[in-house]
Amino acid sequence: MSWLKNLLPSVIRTETGAKKGVPEGLWTKCTDCNAVLYRAEVERNLSICPKCDFHMPITARNRLEAFLDESQRVAIAEDVIAVDHLKFRDSKKYKDRLAAAIKKTGETEALIVMQGQLHGLDCVACAFEFGFIGGSMSTGVGERFVQAANVSLEKSIPLICFTASGGARMQEGLFSLMQMAKTSAVLAKLQEKGIPFIVVLTNPTMGGVSASLATLGDIIIAEPNALIGFAGPRVIEQTIREPLPEGFQRSEFLLKHGHIDMIVNRSKMRDKIAGIIAKLTNQKGPRIKTD
Amino acid sequence: MNLNFLEFEQPIAELEAKIEELRLVGVDSEINITEEISRLEDKNKQLTESIFSNLTDWQVVQLARHPQRPYITDYISRICTDFDELEGDRHCANGPAIIGGIARLDDKPIMIIGHQKGRKTKEKLYRNFGSARPEEYRKALRLVEMAERFKLPVISLIDTAGAYPGIGAEERNQSEAIARNLSVLSRLKTPVICTVVGEGGSGGALAIGVGDRVMMLQYSVYSVISPEGCATILWKSAERASEAATAMGVTAKHVKEMGLIDEVIPEPLGGAHRDIDAMAKGLKNALVRNLAELQSIPTMQLVEQRYKRIMSYGLQS
Repeated sequence: MSWLKNLLPSVIRTETGAKKGVPEGLWTKCTDCNAVLYRAEVERNLSICPKCDFHMPITARNRLEAFLDESQRVAIAEDVIAVDHLKFRDSKKYKDRLAAAIKKTGETEALIVMQGQLHGLDCVACAFEFGFIGGSMSTGVGERFVQAANVSLEKSIPLICFTASGGARMQEGLFSLMQMAKTSAVLAKLQEKGIPFIVVLTNPTMGGVSASLATLGDIIIAEPNALIGFAGPRVIEQTIREPLPEGFQRSEFLLKHGHIDMIVNRSKMRDKIAGIIAKLTNQKGPRIKTD
Repeated sequence: MNLNFLEFEQPIAELEAKIEELRLVGVDSEINITEEISRLEDKNKQLTESIFSNLTDWQVVQLARHPQRPYITDYISRICTDFDELEGDRHCANGPAIIGGIARLDDKPIMIIGHQKGRKTKEKLYRNFGSARPEEYRKALRLVEMAERFKLPVISLIDTAGAYPGIGAEERNQSEAIARNLSVLSRLKTPVICTVVGEGGSGGALAIGVGDRVMMLQYSVYSVISPEGCATILWKSAERASEAATAMGVTAKHVKEMGLIDEVIPEPLGGAHRDIDAMAKGLKNALVRNLAELQSIPTMQLVEQRYKRIMSYGLQS
């Protein structure tokens, strides 16, 4: 390639080579295909790689803001915060881990809830913030989810949840486990009242979240290639002492085994879910161009 | 070293072996050693009391996993009459890691379900060491829904290291099987009493652990992750499991203090395995007493009470 390099004007050469002079954070890299991408473009594209369509992580807040209509968004349960029930301490105090997570994400818990509209249809939407201690299920998360569901119950409007979680928050011990019962119980009530619950499984959704609210959707959608399962792949490998099959616990594997309804690209999620809830609640569907 | 005894039980094992020896001598000889035997028996009792009054959390974990710990079959035969085992998930498998069936408790019909770890190697393998797969949870679901239809109260006995992590279990949707049970149990229109009799291992335990009353035997444990698992992740070393056990508060005493269970059922001196009959009696009494209370509550009120209770988990009171 050296002959080509010599032919290129020096301006282009410096662009591909040295990063000197480029402000930090202007460029980003696809975590899958390694393509160097313009950050603003990636963000506009909902953190989907424009080159290979890989779904990179997106913050809960960005996701909800992109998902819901711009008007009439109301935050729910923001005052519910994490509690250090056990005064837990491992190599770090849980209190310090919480403080660090709050500083890192700008959020106060691992679940963000908003009431709003989707193509003009009323709904409650919530999303797990994976950056907040791995989106782990805590009493704060459980309570926020229940409050979200209660708004759905009160107003008879659908509930939508985007999951991204490593599982239970160990630092809250058994309190964390009980949130599985709590979130599942409120969903039983939604089911009794005939209020739709739509789940969108995103990478990764494991353990306590997977084995509670995430698998109780009337409709279960997954983003492409997300890791979804009960036990982590490493734990399974250590238990059975054999390598796992290709694509194990990925969205496509789940679809094949009948665990989910469909795989939907993040960029199509808004329209897809609007169409679904309109049908389930017998409302006129939004006018959306479909392909 | 006696393999049926834990390390901290060894002094008791030695003393008991000595007593047994003396007994054998006593049969053949003319020397009166009754006095000596009874002196040693007193000493043994004191020794057991002193060991068991100062158990560490980690020692309680070991007791909960004791190879001689009574399992559900030991309890069913002692507390129930007329037990009919009901097998199968009606989909694809039998699900032997959870046993279930209809029986009578104090003459009244009940549905009883619970994990079975298996005593000998062959049975352990058959029972999958008490680690349930989706078929087990779906069998349990089938039985509790049937209990609701026939207005039978549900007695659930929990003893599992956790839900089974395997390829087949994931393929058959382990997550959904657990979640479905949580959801259904939270609204089941019949009384449900859950008792952790050994290990309460995370979601695998909770999947048959949602009820109107949740109890634990004195030396049972209940945790969100095994102490070893917690230590591996947070301390990067499974060796520190005993610290993790203490930090998470896994023992019945601690879980009661957290307000997450209703009752701790005392175990006989030296643990349930030292006197299974006495343990079964204590368990039966607690079940009968709680069941009488629950059956006096109108069903819808019972379900709402259960729901409120579940909603309160983890809220600062």
